[in-house]
This record gives sequence, C-alpha cells and structure tokens, in this order.
Amino acid sequence: MKVAERVRETPPSGIREFFELAEAADDVISLGVGEPDFSAPWAAREAAIDALERGRTSYTANRGRADLRRGITDHVARYDLDYDPEKEVLVTTGASEAVDLAMRALVDPGDTVAVPQPSYISYGPTAGFAGAEVLPVPTRAEDGFKLTERALREAGAADADALIYCYPNNPTGAVMDHADLRPVAAFAREHDLTVFADEIYAALTYGSEHDSIATLPGMAERTVVIGGFSKAYAMTGLRLGYALAPPEAVEAMTRIHQYTMLSAPTTAQFAGLEALRSCEGAVSEMHAAYDRRRRYTLSRFREMGLDCFEAEGAFYAFPECPGDDEAFAEALLAEEGVAVVPGSAFGEGGAGHLRVSYATGMDDLREATARIERFLD
Amino acid sequence: MDAQRDLLALLLDDARQSTEDLARQTGLSADEVEAAIDDLEAAGVVHGYQAVVDWANADEERVEAHVELNVELDRETKYEDIARRIANHPEVETLRLVSGDYDFSAVVVGDSMRDVSAFVADRIAPIPEVTQTVTHFVMDTYKHRGVDFGGGDEDDRLSVSP
Repeated sequence: MKVAERVRETPPSGIREFFELAEAADDVISLGVGEPDFSAPWAAREAAIDALERGRTSYTANRGRADLRRGITDHVARYDLDYDPEKEVLVTTGASEAVDLAMRALVDPGDTVAVPQPSYISYGPTAGFAGAEVLPVPTRAEDGFKLTERALREAGAADADALIYCYPNNPTGAVMDHADLRPVAAFAREHDLTVFADEIYAALTYGSEHDSIATLPGMAERTVVIGGFSKAYAMTGLRLGYALAPPEAVEAMTRIHQYTMLSAPTTAQFAGLEALRSCEGAVSEMHAAYDRRRRYTLSRFREMGLDCFEAEGAFYAFPECPGDDEAFAEALLAEEGVAVVPGSAFGEGGAGHLRVSYATGMDDLREATARIERFLD
Repeated sequence: MDAQRDLLALLLDDARQSTEDLARQTGLSADEVEAAIDDLEAAGVVHGYQAVVDWANADEERVEAHVELNVELDRETKYEDIARRIANHPEVETLRLVSGDYDFSAVVVGDSMRDVSAFVADRIAPIPEVTQTVTHFVMDTYKHRGVDFGGGDEDDRLSVSP
C-alpha cells in the first residue's frame, strides 16, 4: 500500500529506536521514562470510576464539558492567565492533540515553524504533517538551554511564521521566567510570529512559579497556550489536555477536532475536573518528591564529574556525557543495564548530553546512579 | 523549618537512607543533616525508627486487637495516670486518648487470641477506673502507616518514552 509522502519523509523517532534496544535488554533500570512514576491521585481515579458506574459514556461537547473548561480557566488564573471558558478553551485528547490542532489550524502548508532544540520530539514531525517547514533553533548549554532572541535571529526565525517551544523543557529541565521571555515576545511581535507555548510542565518548577509568555503585553492575541493533566496529575494514560487561545484560534482548532476526535475522552474529563477540584495536596506531594530526587540526581552527577546545569523544571536532568551520546547510552545499557535517552534524539543541541528522568523511585535512582558511576570509572 | 519537614518526610518514607543520601536530597550538607536529626530526636519529635511489617507474610503467629476502653475519673486520677498504668504493659503496642464514644484506644498484641483476651480480662479490665472494654480482633491488614500491603507497585510504564 502506498504511504503518504509526508509520512515517508518523517524519520522514526530516536526515542523509538532506543526504546527497542531497552526492551530487548534484561534487568534494566530505566531513567528513560517521560512520565510520572506515580498513579493519578485516587480522588481523580474515583471520579473516573464513578463516571463509568453512572454510565457517563457519551460524547461531550466538542470543546469539552463546560464545568471542566471553567475549572481549567480558574486553575490557570494562578499563572495570571485570563481566558473565557466559553470561547477560549478547547479540551483535547492530551496536550499532543492540542499541538497537532494548533499546527493544522494555524499554520499553512509551506509556512515555517521555528522549533528550539533540543526539544520534545513531536514538534518537528507535527509541523511536517501540517505541511510546514521546520526551522531548528539551537539552544545552548551556556545559556542554560533557554531560548534567546540571539538564537532566534541567528537561526533566521525572523522569516518564520510560528514558534513552538516547551518550558519547563523536556528534555533539559530548563525554565524561562518573564525576564527570559520578554525578548522572545518582542521578537515574536516584531516578526509577527504565532507562538505555541507548550506549558504541560507548568506545575513542576522548583524555584519560582511558572511564567507564561501569554501574560506579556501583546502576546495573548498571538499565543496558543497548551497544557494538560499528564505531568502534574500523573494522568498520562487518561489523555487529557487543553488549548487556551483567542476565540478565532479556538474556533479553528475546534473545527478540526470535531471532525477527528469529536471530544476528549469523557471518563478522563470527569477525572480531570476532580483533579482540579481536590488533588492539589497530591500534586504537592509528588512535586516535593521530584524536587528531592532532582537534588539527589544533580548532586550524584556532579560527584561523578558529569557537567550538569541546574534544571529547575519538569523531571529531567540533562548532563553532558563523554564522547558520542548515542554510543554512550548504548554502552551504558549493554554494560550496566541502565536506560537513559541520548540527547541527540531531541535534535540539534542535544548531542553530547543524556536525558535522565528522575520520575522513578529512590531505590532505583540510587542503584542506577551507582551503576552509572561504575560505568564511568 | 522547611528542611526539618523535608527530613521528616524522607525519614517517614525510608528511615534507612544514609546521611549522604538525605543530604543530596535536601540540599543540606551531611553535617547539617546529622545535626538536624539530633535536634529532632532531642526535641522528642522523632522517637525511634521501626520497620513496617506485614505479619501475614512472616513465619510467626501474631494476633493484634484494637481495644476500646472507657474509664471513670475522680478528683485524684487523671487520664495521664490511667494511661501510664496501661501503657506500661509490653502487650500494649499503641495507646491513645480519643474523642467519641470511648476514652482510650489501645492496640494490644499477643501470640494468640487467647493471650490477648486473657491480657485484657486479667490486666486491663480489673483496673479500678476502667468501666468497660470492647475488643476488636484484627482479621487482615490492607494498609499500615501509609504502606499498602496489597502490592500494586509494579511499574508497567514503557522503559523509554517521550
């Protein structure tokens, strides 16, 4: 059967290749996991069970249940984001669908989407599926992997149509505050870029509160804020996300959504609403556990002599590794049974680094870091 | 204060962690961790370090009962006096003054139901201030001190994911 050209032209993900290697190995401790090791808070799971018991198995409104949309706008008010639940919110099947919808609804074939790298692996391919060209914008370790106006300019992003980024960042753990975002916002305004701000890790910052670019002057009208329940509420498998954007953008995204997904999973919407209502305590506990593991992991890497900037968000450390990162990760897996993801899987700028997830229990983290230390000796 | 709360959370989760590991997680130095733990012990915040045991999986017979106790006070006798008298028995593992339909809640352990019954009948019930005892034998434990005895800890996540 003929496969569409735009799919044929999309290379398989570097993560997928490494996943297959890790699956084939025995006795592996994995620090390659991009999702929480906690289960969703019990109250959220109870709400999902209750929804099923009551037979709430129908479609919802295309944009998502009204109470959930209100819950989401109330929730993001903590980041000074102000959206109308009736017109400016779309509930999606995970944040990934929101990214896909934003690309397809707001980017034309032939447009250029600037993608800071290293970055979450889906942005480039999703832009490609929308018929857009990808413009990599390398970010650098010496900048703490923050996106800078200089990097945008040097990469030629002045001619781009859109910019997509993720801060707190997967895979580096870098965060950007208002001071960091201001020049990026000025650049976007000056060159008329639409901004897709993936803020899925917003709740997982370990210094200051998360800052959103959409709160800066003149930015709400050109930004789609993407969020979701996967990371903070440990609800990855429930597939629940959302997009916050001006009414015309939400309307356009909803037009695609209504023909493809129709609505996000109903069970997950009930779980999500309960998560917003009553699970802040559970989120705080998970956050505290990640923070302790973050300190532990950074401290262990530095003891081993691996250079590692202080990541202040998400649940990843991004240390430099000696030599080629893919060869290093493969040898580490083969010799010590520890899976980490080579930084080059996340694009230019990731080479020479490893993505190490500390979303794993302390016992495994202790053993895995001991094995890495032995491997380095 | 935050460091103290952090340390308590870590010790409650796993009291066997080394000082170095506690230091790495809290961002304190090893010496600071030692000093903070010394302070917690001296202040009577931390009284000891014990394992969470699921006796159903051990080769030991052990019977546990929750005993509700009602007492009658007089001018010379306080709750504290009665509590001390009861708590001194090694069979009493836990003793708390509670609000509600009864005064004290005791956890009593023994090798058999007969042992526990005899202990309550012969040692607790005859205390003059004790007016009533109600004994509930523990039949199974599903969760204890925050630890779920039903397992469910298996990690079925993909080993590498985006």
